[in-house]
Amino acid sequence: MKIEEKLFLLTYKHDKQTHITIRSNEPCVNQCGAQWGRPCTTFCPANVYNWDGEKIAVSYENCVECTSCLTGCPYQNIDWRLPRGGFGVQYRNG
Amino acid sequence: MSEAEKFDAIVVGAGPAGSAAAHTMAKAGLGVVLLERGDYPGAKNVMGGVMYGRMLADVIPDFMTHAPIERVIVEERLWIATDDSAVSIGHKTANSHGEIPNAFTVLRAPFDRWFASKAEEAGALLVTGTVVEDVILDNGRVAGVRTGRADGDLLADVVVICDGVHSFLAKRAGLQQREIEPHEVALAVKEIIALPKETIQERFNVSEGEGATIEIYGTVTQGMGGYAFIYTNRESLSVGAGALMSHFMKTKITPYALLERVKQHPLVRPLIAGGQVVEYLAHAIPEGGYKAMPKLYTDGALIAGDAAMMVNGLHREGSNLAITAGRLAAETVIEAKAKGDFSAQSLSAYREKLQHSFVLKDLQKYQHLPEFIDRHSDLLGIYPDLVNHAVHEMLTVDGMSKREKQKKIWRDLTARRSLWQLLKDGYQTWKVIR
Repeated sequence: MKIEEKLFLLTYKHDKQTHITIRSNEPCVNQCGAQWGRPCTTFCPANVYNWDGEKIAVSYENCVECTSCLTGCPYQNIDWRLPRGGFGVQYRNG
Repeated sequence: MSEAEKFDAIVVGAGPAGSAAAHTMAKAGLGVVLLERGDYPGAKNVMGGVMYGRMLADVIPDFMTHAPIERVIVEERLWIATDDSAVSIGHKTANSHGEIPNAFTVLRAPFDRWFASKAEEAGALLVTGTVVEDVILDNGRVAGVRTGRADGDLLADVVVICDGVHSFLAKRAGLQQREIEPHEVALAVKEIIALPKETIQERFNVSEGEGATIEIYGTVTQGMGGYAFIYTNRESLSVGAGALMSHFMKTKITPYALLERVKQHPLVRPLIAGGQVVEYLAHAIPEGGYKAMPKLYTDGALIAGDAAMMVNGLHREGSNLAITAGRLAAETVIEAKAKGDFSAQSLSAYREKLQHSFVLKDLQKYQHLPEFIDRHSDLLGIYPDLVNHAVHEMLTVDGMSKREKQKKIWRDLTARRSLWQLLKDGYQTWKVIR
């Protein structure tokens, strides 16, 4: 089962504004690729972060709010905030 | 609201810690507001699924008659597994149906909703869909919270912080000064796999309402420190896997690929065959233990549950620590209210209560375990292999005498790990779990 199919099973209440921003592109380009291999592109369980060749593209609407990126970015470069009240993932089972 | 409303207590987060705290305080007659960022309690919350009865009964004595529990656990199994075999250790009891069962499975969305509704019945005001963005400070003491709503300032004598792992409020209130490290947090993913209840009962050899748990240690985590699990619900299985963030970062294994491989394991596959995946979930788990805990109280605030690192990973416990801590925080606030003193000095009674309970005692007991797992996850690759090889060899009837077998097992064992190394592994493991 692919991650896209897994995420398709989820219920979200989508917000038009993002709750995730990359603070600076600089460490992603100059340091993280060589030193760490950009771990956000692999550890994120909802495939929010993808390297497009120039920068990390953020698919914030996939986010399941597990909060792993708050410790998983070696440069503390992900500004992850709680989605606004009522928005985001809505687990039916939990 | 032109002027900010004032409550006796504000509880942030309607998970097990928050609802236990809100229920306990409301029952004692305090004016309590329970704030939840999800549209309903449980919308954001995930756990493997095993909860413990005693600590819940301390808050809701008759929970068994109306709580949405899935199955009472009658069998717990531990698999020490390689890619195609497992040595299984287990315990099954026919005597788990006392008035308060020891352990049972829950699904957190319905469970948290129920628990918060009990707090409401006791008199707490539940407000959902509301994010707490900051604490309000008054002369250095916590005096309330700022929510994301317009005119959303709320004031109270005490704020009980139960906002979960990676607590933002712990930092805002000055309880946590540093960033949490990647080896202090695990990431777990799971799926809810629907199956008819008869199928579950047959496959796990349990009766109606009864269930089993399986924890799988070994190559399933592909060299990372962690484990996989299968828990039975009424009409579904919770199948998941988790490992330390530091190891996910190093190995570049994706959590969903990890889980897919667990599901393909030849011993797991028959248990989930024909099931339909109905939900995929992920959450971080605070595994830093005692040494990574924030300060537990300050002027006008207390912290409980995942927000305070209250997880005993080795024993699969967390929600029970949260419920007990939430209750003890509430009892501290009730006493503080009687004295009219909400200073850090007065609220320090919370730490003493935790110290007298299993919560801090257990966290202290295993305080060196998190670093050990971070550094020695290779043992999960080596030992399951050795143990399976040894048992497999002893069980294989091929004409070799048993004494020869024993010698061969010992030779194979010491070829993989020297006697000195075996003793060292044993001593170090004993040291962190004794």
